[in-house]
Amino acid sequence: MPSRRAVLAALPAIAVIRPAGATPETMQAAIREFLGRDRPIQKGRVTMDIPPLVENGNTVPLSVVVESPMTPADHVRRIAVFTSRNPLPSVIVAELGPRAGAARFATRIRLATTQHIMALAEMNDGSVWSDTAEIVVTLAACVES
Amino acid sequence: MARVLLQVPATARKGEVIEIRVLIQHPMETGFRVGTVGEVLPRDIIRRFACTWDGEPVFSATLHPAIAANPYLAFTARAEATGTLAFTWSGDNGFAQTETRRVTVTG
Repeated sequence: MPSRRAVLAALPAIAVIRPAGATPETMQAAIREFLGRDRPIQKGRVTMDIPPLVENGNTVPLSVVVESPMTPADHVRRIAVFTSRNPLPSVIVAELGPRAGAARFATRIRLATTQHIMALAEMNDGSVWSDTAEIVVTLAACVES
Repeated sequence: MARVLLQVPATARKGEVIEIRVLIQHPMETGFRVGTVGEVLPRDIIRRFACTWDGEPVFSATLHPAIAANPYLAFTARAEATGTLAFTWSGDNGFAQTETRRVTVTG
């Protein structure tokens, strides 16, 4: 039978079994995977609309708008959203084309804690544009059952 | 069959950009939550959503566990000709559902 001291010493190891959350590094890795290779990310053209302070991280309204004429010659190909401190960095990857008519979408997301999120838009010419937002979450998603 | 709410205009003018809103009933179980006896609840989410207009892709998305339960999506489509919009969801545990709406394009 293990001594109480041995059991107590093992407790931190048990805590580690829980899935590790995303870090800014894993967010960067997810962004690299989304882009396929390292590509310059420019600020602008993307506007993310999300409340700066949310009480409940289980349903946070998010909308992303990209300035683009959405013609066959000039349109947005993909829009992706990443979080820095959720259990997984990726949130959504949307694919659009000229038939969408406008480069915008809205959805509802989960946020595990106070963090910053990033939206990336990939144009058909290969350029990548971004917007970031900081969100304070008072009640996190996924903590209680 | 999961319950679906679709907001699609029945008619549109040619060239008009119409707003489409879809919501489907689904728990979007993240795979990170713990159940009553300490077991990790297995992931059960919708992975893919796609919208086509007479077979032509309009909008599609890959969803991750960070999408809230009962996934809601609002997006746009350019009306070119009268046709059928098809909405398809697919995901874990063989989840698959398709809904269609007809849009009449005038002018």
